[in-house]
Amino acid sequence: MFSPQEDPGPSFTDVLRKVGHEPFAVSQPSGPAPFEIRHGTTIVAIRYADGVLMAGDRRATAGSSIAHRTMDKVHPADRHSGVAIAGAAGPAMEMVKLFQLQLEHYEKVEGSALSLEGKANQLSGMVRANLGMAMQGFVVVPLFAGYDLRRGVGRIYTYDPTGGRYEETDFHADGSGGRDARTTVKLGWKANMDRSAAIELAVRALWQAADEDSATGGPDAIRKIYPTVATITAAGFERVAESEVAEAFGTVVATLSEAEIQSEVPDR
Amino acid sequence: MSMPFYVAPEQFMKDKADFARKNIARGRPLVATVYAEGIVICAENTSRSLHKVSEIYDQIAFAGVGRYNEFDQLRRSGVQYADIKGYQYSREDVDARSLANLYAQYMGNVFTHEMKPLEVEILVAEVGAAPGQDQLFHILYDGSVVDEDRMTVLGGEAESIARRLEATFDPGWDLGAALRAASKALSGDDRALGAGELEVAVLARSNGRRAFRRVETAEIEALLAEPAGQPSSDQDSPGDAGDGVTGAEPGNEAAGTPEAGE
Repeated sequence: MFSPQEDPGPSFTDVLRKVGHEPFAVSQPSGPAPFEIRHGTTIVAIRYADGVLMAGDRRATAGSSIAHRTMDKVHPADRHSGVAIAGAAGPAMEMVKLFQLQLEHYEKVEGSALSLEGKANQLSGMVRANLGMAMQGFVVVPLFAGYDLRRGVGRIYTYDPTGGRYEETDFHADGSGGRDARTTVKLGWKANMDRSAAIELAVRALWQAADEDSATGGPDAIRKIYPTVATITAAGFERVAESEVAEAFGTVVATLSEAEIQSEVPDR
Repeated sequence: MSMPFYVAPEQFMKDKADFARKNIARGRPLVATVYAEGIVICAENTSRSLHKVSEIYDQIAFAGVGRYNEFDQLRRSGVQYADIKGYQYSREDVDARSLANLYAQYMGNVFTHEMKPLEVEILVAEVGAAPGQDQLFHILYDGSVVDEDRMTVLGGEAESIARRLEATFDPGWDLGAALRAASKALSGDDRALGAGELEVAVLARSNGRRAFRRVETAEIEALLAEPAGQPSSDQDSPGDAGDGVTGAEPGNEAAGTPEAGE
């Protein structure tokens, strides 16, 4: 039990430090890791009419091999925000766990939740704290999105490995397939899309990313593994049912294969 | 007047206990009871922002009566302890029993070693996976713990309030019935507490991971009003109305915890 003078306040990482846990491994940059580490890849966030949608593929790679097929990269941060991760899987999962705890801890100690921007800044601090690890190749780049209850809009924040925090207006994609996903979203994005259009766009972006990037997993109909898709609206963070994602994939596949048929050259 | 160089330990402890009891009894009481969906905690509290009832962890809630700064400090420590434990081990490993023990140790320690004991009584409540598995730990100013599984009352007039609540208690009642009985038990028969004077929170099994939820004033109002004609049974909880009211004198409260001061 801390005395009032020593009380670390509402910050959970400070509480951990007080009891002798350093939440972020402090390491001296000494060149790249001598082993292959697991990486998570493409993540997308899109603003739409009701709020914001987040999606991520399920593959984790270690070098050129697939380390995990069912990794979840989109997580609820609290009731009205979500965090998606790209980069070194180990530190990233730890960061998500700490971030979730941090928000919940603050809410419980203070009696009210942080503002959305406050949450985004907290995450920024965590990314910055990971800089030492990032220098050795354990880069973690999260994507943060949430519904701003005070303003009534969905908002998206992106980060760079140094903890830089940037607010995006409409959409963003990150990770190794982020560039392809971003382009796809850019071409298909419209203001005030409805929910199903947003899901379809996200799924299409992930498909395009998986098509170009070996570290991004596409839909796996045999094992029934589909990307994680979640919506964050005034009602809170909600995962989109796998069946609905599969259905959206069906639509994407139908349009894409139609394009293939038309492009076949008949006489050759 | 001679200087009291020596005070018998019995006297010393008794003085501290009397001091704590007297000051706790001055505050407004609080009732916790199980209901079909979990646990409802109902406090007499006119403030909308200074809470007596709060969330500690997924299935665990905290409530305190007495000195606000003291029980709020205990609450914060509880949140810190629970979050650290859940981080180091697993969320499942955080339970009310170990938290109650921690509080008991701390409060007992303050009671014996410090000049001034804590002027608080607290409750650590944990909702179980099924009805009948709910736990209520009532911890007194001297660190003694009372383990309940049905209902408990904290603060002044505890005994008469408990008697009134006991008269209508039913472990399977719904939130409305439990709340009406709790409010009735708190108020006694010659006044009625409005929704604005109550602070209510539930730990409900149906709430998912974080079972804690505050019941807002509008909802309290609706629940209190619900079946206006029906609950005649709690209207005629007899006899004890009289002593409930005379018990308002702070001196004679805490009769429910006579052994506590030892």
